[in-house]
Amino acid sequence: MSLFKKEISRRSALKGASAFAGSAIAAPLVFSKGAWAQEFLNDPGDSPTVTLGFNVPQTGAYADEGADELRAYELAVKHINGEGDGGMINTMTPTSLGGNGLLGKRVEYVTGDTQTSADEARSSARRMIERDGVIMFSGGSSSSVAIAQQSLAQDMGVIFMNGLTHSNDTTGKDRRRYGFRHFFNAYMSGLALGPVLADQIGTERRAYHLTADYTWGWTQEESIVNTTEGLGWETVETVRTPLGAGDFSQYITPVLNSGADVLVLNHYGRDMVNSLTQAVQFGLRDREANGQNFEVVVPLYSRLMAQGAGENIAGILGTTNWHWTLSDPGSQAFVASFGQEYGFPPSQAAHTCYCQALLYANAVEMAGTFYPPEVIRALEDFEFDGMGNGPTLYRGGDHQCFKDVLVVQGNPDPTSQFDLLQVVQEVPREQVTYPVDFFEGELGPYEVS
Amino acid sequence: MDAFVLQVLNGLDKGGAYALIALGLTLVFGTLGVVNFAHGALFMLGAFCAVTFNLLLNLSERVEDPNITAFTAYIDQPYLETWLGDFGTQLMDYSVPLSILFTIPVMLAIGLAMERGLIRFFYKRSHAEQILVTFGLAIVLQEIIKSFFGANPIPVSAPDTFVGTAAIGSLIGLGEGVAYPYWRLIYLAFSIVVIAAVFSFLRFTTYGMVVRAGMADRETVGLLGINIQRRFTVVFGLAAIVAGLAGALYTPILPPDYHMGMDFLVLSFVVVVVGGMGSLGGAVAAGFLLGILQSFASMNEVKDLFPGIDQIIIYLVAVVVLLLRPRGLMGRKGVMET
Repeated sequence: MSLFKKEISRRSALKGASAFAGSAIAAPLVFSKGAWAQEFLNDPGDSPTVTLGFNVPQTGAYADEGADELRAYELAVKHINGEGDGGMINTMTPTSLGGNGLLGKRVEYVTGDTQTSADEARSSARRMIERDGVIMFSGGSSSSVAIAQQSLAQDMGVIFMNGLTHSNDTTGKDRRRYGFRHFFNAYMSGLALGPVLADQIGTERRAYHLTADYTWGWTQEESIVNTTEGLGWETVETVRTPLGAGDFSQYITPVLNSGADVLVLNHYGRDMVNSLTQAVQFGLRDREANGQNFEVVVPLYSRLMAQGAGENIAGILGTTNWHWTLSDPGSQAFVASFGQEYGFPPSQAAHTCYCQALLYANAVEMAGTFYPPEVIRALEDFEFDGMGNGPTLYRGGDHQCFKDVLVVQGNPDPTSQFDLLQVVQEVPREQVTYPVDFFEGELGPYEVS
Repeated sequence: MDAFVLQVLNGLDKGGAYALIALGLTLVFGTLGVVNFAHGALFMLGAFCAVTFNLLLNLSERVEDPNITAFTAYIDQPYLETWLGDFGTQLMDYSVPLSILFTIPVMLAIGLAMERGLIRFFYKRSHAEQILVTFGLAIVLQEIIKSFFGANPIPVSAPDTFVGTAAIGSLIGLGEGVAYPYWRLIYLAFSIVVIAAVFSFLRFTTYGMVVRAGMADRETVGLLGINIQRRFTVVFGLAAIVAGLAGALYTPILPPDYHMGMDFLVLSFVVVVVGGMGSLGGAVAAGFLLGILQSFASMNEVKDLFPGIDQIIIYLVAVVVLLLRPRGLMGRKGVMET
């Protein structure tokens, strides 16, 4: 008597074997899916610490801005680890941050020098990722540098939180799933500045643009031209100037006889300081043209630049992401914290970098994991307040923050060495929001191999 | 016509700075045979002499700023104003012209220290080695300045009397549109005076005559019992003074930062090459010529015809000159021609 009621035929044996083989192949995929998902580059695992990378210009034209960004990152790390007065962690809403590091791990950091060069920035970021094992990296202050790092972030699957970058391309055609920008952009500058220009300078104007010849300058020029022509202005000429030209006199003198009555300086950093200083030297601000006072506009301002330009900025209009004189609780908490630590108020570059570090940390706590796709999902469409710019949305479709934008003016009568800009208007977020598909671009996948 | 006159003035003004730097470069090359890539750094150091002098005149006591309440901030109350009243304010206002008195001894000391401490060890080395070591020195000097003054440009104002523009159009029968900043006109005049002074020193003094003789035939001058090396060291100091003065008075035109020397260095080398290595007259002529060409190349009408010409014109001229006349416009026969 057979133990089996049924004899095993060759056919059924083959069927059974193939079914076993099939399940044997499929089983690891089914059982390990979750485990695979948690295996990612630079997973801190059981380590008691986690490392962040701060890649800023420590040498080169933006070194002072980079130094201020680094101060802000150091302060953010302190606050995340529960040291100091907590800064904006106390005012940010909603927040999952408890001042006990990230998911209970103490935050450490490494720094790199971008030298304001896309190649150097990528090399430095790669070193941080491959050698130092950073779980996130962040930094500014140039759009071409930011775009290069964002692209590296996507390739390597490590999140990059942009510092100061103002080009439309960063969250436009060059947007990436692994890159996020808190700072505003050139298009928003145009939207915010337009009505104030119409109000203060008028709608019958002829503008002459001097533009830094790289991605940020081009997108800012395009945005401001669109805005001002929408107001009824005429664009007399748009002239590209080499980055770091130094002496701009040969570009400024043609303005005198061009028939223009407004000079728009699409310059930043050292170029802005030099071109503005020289425009004032050539008497542009004392001139009359077309029966009106000649005006100069600097669409993107920073306090550090204002310091360099000295009294030449008096009365000149522009926009800025944030200013230390804002009276909301978030700004005041940050200014008090930063001022107490370093003895002077923070710049807008410092503010955006500090916010980015806190926003990433908060997203990790919300996600409950360092796994980048989950952190990205936590950041996408995250609505928050209490960080100095009013209610803010981190839009998921392009990873651009939407918040109030400040129109500022060089202070003609400063009361202190830091009182260089005065806020003319806080332009509400609704006025600077544009459709997600306004700029074409693809974010790319959540998971990268 | 207005635009033409303005661009000529721009070119002369820019050319003045090129000529002053190139003059020092070619003096050093003609006497010591050294290709000094740290010469741009001397221009930058001169600018920071003006900045330092300005800071010295503005030394202040720190008093608490009542306007900032978020944290303890301070404002500066200059001692000169406290001690001397309006006269102190006037001194502070004239800090840039007065900085000449500070710049000359400081730059002379820096030049002599540089020559005795480093450059002299490279007289007999190849030009490539000289370029490497002086370029390295320039970077070291830059970084030292950056560590003290930061990377941002530092605004330094011309005296209030010279702020604004001179209506030269009305003077020469052109339109009111031809106005040029006073300080730039002063800088142009200053550069001409300094160039004339250097030429006079070399031409009309015995010391200068011996230097020129040494430039032409160093060995023979040495055989006459003259310590030509010492004189050449002094010439290096003189070149440092000229570059320093050029930088100091340039500060109201271009807020100085640690990198400004490099911006001018490359252009000045091209000026020296175009003018002729070792030719003082060539350096001056080429400085003004290339300054004017650069200005005209920046005119919109020219750029419409040749896009990007403003950024390459100087190098284009250098290529043409090197192809057609390798010794430069006024270079001596045989120099850099082999």
